[in-house]
Amino acid sequence: MNYVIIGNSVAAVGAMRAIRGIDKESGITVISRERYQAYGRPLISYLLGGLINEKRMAYLPPDFCEKNKINLLLESEAVSVDAKAKSIKLRNGDQIKYDRLLIATGGDPFVPPIQGLAGKERVFTFTTWDDAAKLKAVSAEIEHAVVIGGGLIGLKAAEGLHLLGKKVTIVELADRVLSAAFDKPAGRIIAKKMKTNGIDVITEDTVTTINGNGSVISGVTLKSGDTIDCDTVIVAIGVRPAASFLNGSGIEVNRGVLVNDHMQTSIKNIYAAGDVAEASDFFTGQKNPMPIWPDAYIQGDVAGTDMAGGDKKYAGGLAMNSIEFFKVPTISMGITNPADDGGFEVLLYQEPENYCYRKIVLKENCLVGAVLVGVVDRAGIFSGLIREKVDVTPFKDSLLDAGFGFVNLPRDVRNRLFAPQRKQQF
Amino acid sequence: MKRVYSLEDVCIGCHLCEVACITEHSISKEPVKAFMREAERPISRCTVEESDGGAVSFSTTCRHCDEPACLQACISGAISKDENGRVTIDTEKCVGCWSCVMACPFGSVQRNTEKKRANKCDLCPDRERPACVDACPNRALVFEKGEK
Repeated sequence: MNYVIIGNSVAAVGAMRAIRGIDKESGITVISRERYQAYGRPLISYLLGGLINEKRMAYLPPDFCEKNKINLLLESEAVSVDAKAKSIKLRNGDQIKYDRLLIATGGDPFVPPIQGLAGKERVFTFTTWDDAAKLKAVSAEIEHAVVIGGGLIGLKAAEGLHLLGKKVTIVELADRVLSAAFDKPAGRIIAKKMKTNGIDVITEDTVTTINGNGSVISGVTLKSGDTIDCDTVIVAIGVRPAASFLNGSGIEVNRGVLVNDHMQTSIKNIYAAGDVAEASDFFTGQKNPMPIWPDAYIQGDVAGTDMAGGDKKYAGGLAMNSIEFFKVPTISMGITNPADDGGFEVLLYQEPENYCYRKIVLKENCLVGAVLVGVVDRAGIFSGLIREKVDVTPFKDSLLDAGFGFVNLPRDVRNRLFAPQRKQQF
Repeated sequence: MKRVYSLEDVCIGCHLCEVACITEHSISKEPVKAFMREAERPISRCTVEESDGGAVSFSTTCRHCDEPACLQACISGAISKDENGRVTIDTEKCVGCWSCVMACPFGSVQRNTEKKRANKCDLCPDRERPACVDACPNRALVFEKGEK
């Protein structure tokens, strides 16, 4: 058996570990566009902000590839897949044969056409180590940066630049930051925290023109007509599955590479996992790309298991994010913006003056979502209740308590989790 | 593998498992020093839960899962599972993003907000049996083989 994995981030690692859990000997070749060993991608904002150094970027122990007999090809880009010949072609012309192929190329930042953008030097995206390195390299000359997009990537880029003492303005089209992961009150709490700390947040507006002379940026013009003086622009609107190299391969691609619950694509022996894939949603079963780190690992794990002949089924993507902004921790998961007519029940606890907020979303007596701001301890209990589809009726009233725990759950549930598995003697 | 399990019927809610855990993970490994003298008091890796004024109590701790959700969620690669099945956090690598706290369905990863590092049960590598188990006066904690 000869395994080939395109991509070298978390989904790829999940797959490598899963394959090696079953098949210790067969060759695994990993192809990465980047020049680094696998690294903690979300750490790039920590790196930019100087919170960690380059050494701490490594996601795996230095001997991982050697120990697991992984043939890692860095700075190598797959440009096409020939499913009939079971081979892929690299940018340098090399052909690599596979028996089982995993596509785990992740996402590419989406840069919309903005007037004046072309030819400007200090326009950056912020999804890779190199992005962070480039930004850091010119940071001494940055005075004021405008971040287009108030999602996760935009906010983290803004925070990193703020840590370097730069003036930062975030421009977000929606009515709040983090509109995908958060609801309105939570988004507002975070926006307030950012503003209090000197990051300017503009919502319901967007950048229409990047102004300047030649390659130098002098400012941006917004849709509202306002202008902001700045010298740097970060485009952080979102990522799109990095699947364009599959054009003509016959592999079915919608927004991402379509996969079933074993992460198999439409073509036998070819799998996809992580941000590039379009797998089923935990709640609806509908296919959609879900650029979520833990989910990418799980998808990689499922793919690798199946590739090596094991059996594991993907339970569906469950969005979850844990991010801290200026010492205010936040965790959100599942459905956070339920439709008014969707049969949802919402439980709320609010203390916005203390940056504290808790929201629980229920449907048919099961937990389907949560937003926690300020107090996030033991949040995973909620993710467990969501995944296990536990009927919360008996303890619904205690879900918002700061001390909510297993003691609130029915005895049989907690004994299943924590009691010895032998027959109880009492 | 051997894991720590909890017998809630015999738990008396004394919290000695937490005291023992804190002590074991202190510098001196002596309770009074650990609680009174040392600059940083460790955070207990086990959590005693109680309700109805103590009528129900039990200690919860890491399950050292076969497929740890904390490990899958960790963005820095700080969490690993060793050949003995122990799931541990490398605090040098941890950045305190709390993704593990978000993912652990057992609520068994704690936040050390001072150090900005996650904190979890390591099954006391220097001991034959975890300190919490040895400290339990009514044997409400046992260290024995189990599938999960």
